[in-house]
Amino acid sequence: MSRPRRAFGQVWPRVAILVVLVLAWWAVYATGLWDRVLLPSPASVWTALWSNLSGAGGLLVAAERSALRLFLGLAAAAVIGTPIGLAMAASKIVQRSIGSLMVGLQALPSIAWLPLATLWFGITERAVFFVVVMGATPAVAIATAASVRLVPPTLIRAARTLGSRGGRLYVRVVLPAAVPGYIAGLQQAWALAWRALMAAELIVTGARGLGHFLERAGAVFDTPLMLATMVAIMLVGIGVDGVFTLVDRRVRSRRGLIPSG
Amino acid sequence: MSSVPSLRVVGRPEPTSPKLSLRSVSKTYRQSSGELVRALDDVTLDVAPGEFVCLVGPSGCGKSTLLDLIAGLERPDAGQVLMNGRPIAGPGPDRAVLFQEPTLFPWMSVIRNLEFALGLTGVPKADRRELAMHWLSKVHLSAFASAQPHEISPGMRQRAVLARALACQPEVLLADEPFGALDAQSREVLQRELQTVWLETRNTFVFVTHNVREAVFLADRVVLMSARPGTLVAEHRISSPRPRSFEDVLLAKVVVDVHDHLLKEVQKVVATEEGVRPGLA
Repeated sequence: MSRPRRAFGQVWPRVAILVVLVLAWWAVYATGLWDRVLLPSPASVWTALWSNLSGAGGLLVAAERSALRLFLGLAAAAVIGTPIGLAMAASKIVQRSIGSLMVGLQALPSIAWLPLATLWFGITERAVFFVVVMGATPAVAIATAASVRLVPPTLIRAARTLGSRGGRLYVRVVLPAAVPGYIAGLQQAWALAWRALMAAELIVTGARGLGHFLERAGAVFDTPLMLATMVAIMLVGIGVDGVFTLVDRRVRSRRGLIPSG
Repeated sequence: MSSVPSLRVVGRPEPTSPKLSLRSVSKTYRQSSGELVRALDDVTLDVAPGEFVCLVGPSGCGKSTLLDLIAGLERPDAGQVLMNGRPIAGPGPDRAVLFQEPTLFPWMSVIRNLEFALGLTGVPKADRRELAMHWLSKVHLSAFASAQPHEISPGMRQRAVLARALACQPEVLLADEPFGALDAQSREVLQRELQTVWLETRNTFVFVTHNVREAVFLADRVVLMSARPGTLVAEHRISSPRPRSFEDVLLAKVVVDVHDHLLKEVQKVVATEEGVRPGLA
């Protein structure tokens, strides 16, 4: 397939679903069956999105703030979760103790931490950060442990017969072999971190992120702005996911784990 | 091996210092079901320096276990596994292993795989590329040096693994059905190539296969194993001159002879035991 044709194949399904959604939405709006204050028209949402986009209090600045928080929270979760996961993979005792704890924490919606976090840190940036880290760390740890455990034993045996052992075997063979699984884990973790962040920003309004926009629009009954903010949250999500998917594809196609092209 | 007198029939004088030596080696496994499996029972085998030995036997006869013991990946429950008269303590680059599935590291290019292995044997960084290319050219893979493992065929991957093993210049090469997963044509190509490089390098070789034809083509000595517990049943020396050829009618006759000989030995074993064990012939 030629390059433009492939690009076209990439784009049209995405455009199509958008068009279908907007048309359906507009159709429901046009019938007037739903109160037009509760369900604003696509056009008014577009206007709200456009007019609130730029400026010091705009969606772009808020999205930037939220994205930065996501990045820092995810980075912290990786720094904390990765060694925990490696320890879980290395030791059955750690797996049974801390591993079980991680499963338990993962079952806990991270927003459940917020009441406690605001008591500890006040209604502050630190409380938001804490909630995000608590949301993503267990996912990173569990995925790290799984990716190391799933390294093919024959690769390790082969490396040992070549004379590799101990720490060098671990760094040069086990860890590189675990990379695809680890990236998949991070991809899961960012989504959890993003949800935790949006929930926390809804409540910790001083944080002035996208979540704050949603809260403010709700307070003044501005449904177009609510929907516009939700669109913005999704767009940031699609963007971040795109970055991870790109990295994931590169790593996996280099190893022949997906057919290239 | 003294319990099986037939082993001495076609023997030549024992070399004074074998490269590899297994002395009354036994190994038992516990399966995941909890059941104990005696994989090897009182196995004694000497391999002379530069000798090419093929171990032939049905699946589950402990061939792979025996190889793991020599590789140092496993330890015997009883008996000794010696190289140059010293017990084998663990795996090491002096004993390269070719596994059935190609074990190239998928995140490294073909040549990086060789360079990585050379680095482990202590070759200075500056010399690795040239050495790696030298050994890749021996297996006709020069053109694919910078390919990723998944970009080349399974047969080529196995050749790259062979080049990686040879590059480390091991004293002993161990192979566990390395061509078993390949199609018949690639297998024959690889068998020929292996013969050619081995005639140059003359490493001591222990090669596990269930294919008598392959064994006769490659080996100085074919050793037959029986299953559960794995023991050495018989052996046959192949004195045909090298390089050998599959088209050679005389070699084809040797294959039949070895097959018959091994079959007879199997029947002897079966006859001396109470239970009949199907699947050996």
